[in-house]
Amino acid sequence: MSTHPAVEAIDLAKHFGDNRAVDGVSFVVPTGSVLGLLGPNGAGKTTLVRMLTTLSVPTSGTGRVAGFDVREQPDAVRRSIGLTGQAATVDEILTGRENLRLIGSLYGLSRGYVRRASDDLLERFDLARAADRPAKSYSGGMRRRLDLAVSLLAAPPILFLDEPTTGLDPQSRSGLWDVLRELVQEGTTLVLTTQYLEEADHLADEIVVVDRGRVIAAGTPTQLKDRAGQASVVVTLTHAADLDAAAALMRDHSPAVHVETGSRRLTAQAGGLGDMTRIAAVFEHSGIELDDLGLARPSLDDVFLHLTGHRAESDTDTAATNTPEGAAS
Amino acid sequence: MTAIQTRPPATARPEIHPPSLLRASSTIVWRNLVHIRRMPEMLLDVTVQSVMFVLLFAYVFGGAIAVAGTSYKEFLLPGIMVQTMVFSSAVVAMGLTNDLQKGIVDRFRSLPVPRSSVLVGRSISSLIHSSIGVAVMAITGLLIGWRVRNGVVDGVLAFLLLLLFGFAMIWLGIWVGSLMRTVEAVQGFMFTVMFPLTFVANTFAPPESMPQWLRTVAEWNPVSALTQACRELWGNGLPAAADAAFPLQHPVAFSVGWSVLLTAVFAPLAVAAFRRRSRD
Repeated sequence: MSTHPAVEAIDLAKHFGDNRAVDGVSFVVPTGSVLGLLGPNGAGKTTLVRMLTTLSVPTSGTGRVAGFDVREQPDAVRRSIGLTGQAATVDEILTGRENLRLIGSLYGLSRGYVRRASDDLLERFDLARAADRPAKSYSGGMRRRLDLAVSLLAAPPILFLDEPTTGLDPQSRSGLWDVLRELVQEGTTLVLTTQYLEEADHLADEIVVVDRGRVIAAGTPTQLKDRAGQASVVVTLTHAADLDAAAALMRDHSPAVHVETGSRRLTAQAGGLGDMTRIAAVFEHSGIELDDLGLARPSLDDVFLHLTGHRAESDTDTAATNTPEGAAS
Repeated sequence: MTAIQTRPPATARPEIHPPSLLRASSTIVWRNLVHIRRMPEMLLDVTVQSVMFVLLFAYVFGGAIAVAGTSYKEFLLPGIMVQTMVFSSAVVAMGLTNDLQKGIVDRFRSLPVPRSSVLVGRSISSLIHSSIGVAVMAITGLLIGWRVRNGVVDGVLAFLLLLLFGFAMIWLGIWVGSLMRTVEAVQGFMFTVMFPLTFVANTFAPPESMPQWLRTVAEWNPVSALTQACRELWGNGLPAAADAAFPLQHPVAFSVGWSVLLTAVFAPLAVAAFRRRSRD
């Protein structure tokens, strides 16, 4: 096993004139893990990926991928990565299979390998039946899958995905997530950018939150959520008549209990799972009937608001762009 | 989607042999030619459109334009072939901008291929594109009475001069294609530049009838030297008038000279603009 991390950014910066698109970003991605670069539009995520994939030369700082310096050894970096860009960069005129053949030939892979690997990938990404149709006729989800298939042709150990699911309908999105999780199980290191908090939450081991070219927070999804505020235990009663008794019980364990009469719900601040099990035990013995009991953590949406002072605008975008055209633009 | 086992494990990576410039470029040429085969309408500009041009000029304007020593059709054909080669620059610019805009160039650049293969591949396929146009026009010309009258060597030399000039024009196209952001912008710009460039010349009418200042511009236009060279090599007309500008007195040498000079000017600009465009 190699000793170097899969990806390393050390004080990376990219300035376009006065615009500091990326302004000193550092992070480390251990081999086999998933890093989510989370941030709103224009935060600098794409520029970061472009620097790490040798498409853009950093203004300052160092990027290392598979141990190679992106500036000094770009070809070695290119041999180690796959890139799925923000717009699905498939050739629309070529068929799915021809797209794979084109990239295979540019990698200098043997014809036999390309043929076998293409069959596997087309099968795996549910494109076998569309393989000999021009990519123009593909839906947004199919284009993304073909783009990903093309990126995987040379079985790169490190895969960069720039907003892989932007513009996809929810079904295609969760399909793509499944594929990405499989890749991770096989040992591929992923670096993905996303505006979707939910996506980072689902896939990433480690999240780096970027805003205006800077890292404003980093940690596991759970750590980030903890930073945004405390968890709480939420109890829903079966009978409204029990509300007062239940509130009294919970106050013994938590100083602040919030009662919502209409929904028969009580919310108490909690330190974590321990508090939840304690409260569950109390109700167990009290004879009060419950519909539901659970631990609620703040969502990553709350985290984002807490960190940046503004909401992520991603979800309104999805609704507007889940057509194939939206995905391709 | 099928089970995980279908994919070779990450340890079984295929061997990557970064391709030579030649192999990478020819792959890109293959891809561009597949585009032409799938969308033959891409060739409209050098086929139907140029046949139409030939016929319009030959039969609509032709009768009204008197040329010394030959028929207007013979006079016209070299001019219109030169125009086609000049328009190679628009072809290459539009293709390149389209690929840049769609992220295809980035995709290629994320692979371990020689960086120049995108440009080399694009240039070769554009030259093929324009050569198809020249061939179509030669056939059209033969049908309406144009002939190569001075033997094979001179005839071939004229076609080589056309290709050489097309090569120079391609660098102009790469420069413009790297600077502009959309295909529409390229199209607008190129047509604004290309029409005066190919009309203020000896391509469609003898410059002797132009106002003196315009005649001087026309005769120093590189397009005129090449057109005159083709006419002389193919035997489609008389040598330039005795009072014509110096380049027209030595059209073959000047055709070569202009092509070399234009390449020397535009190639560095083009490479720099493409690099800049693809560094960010």
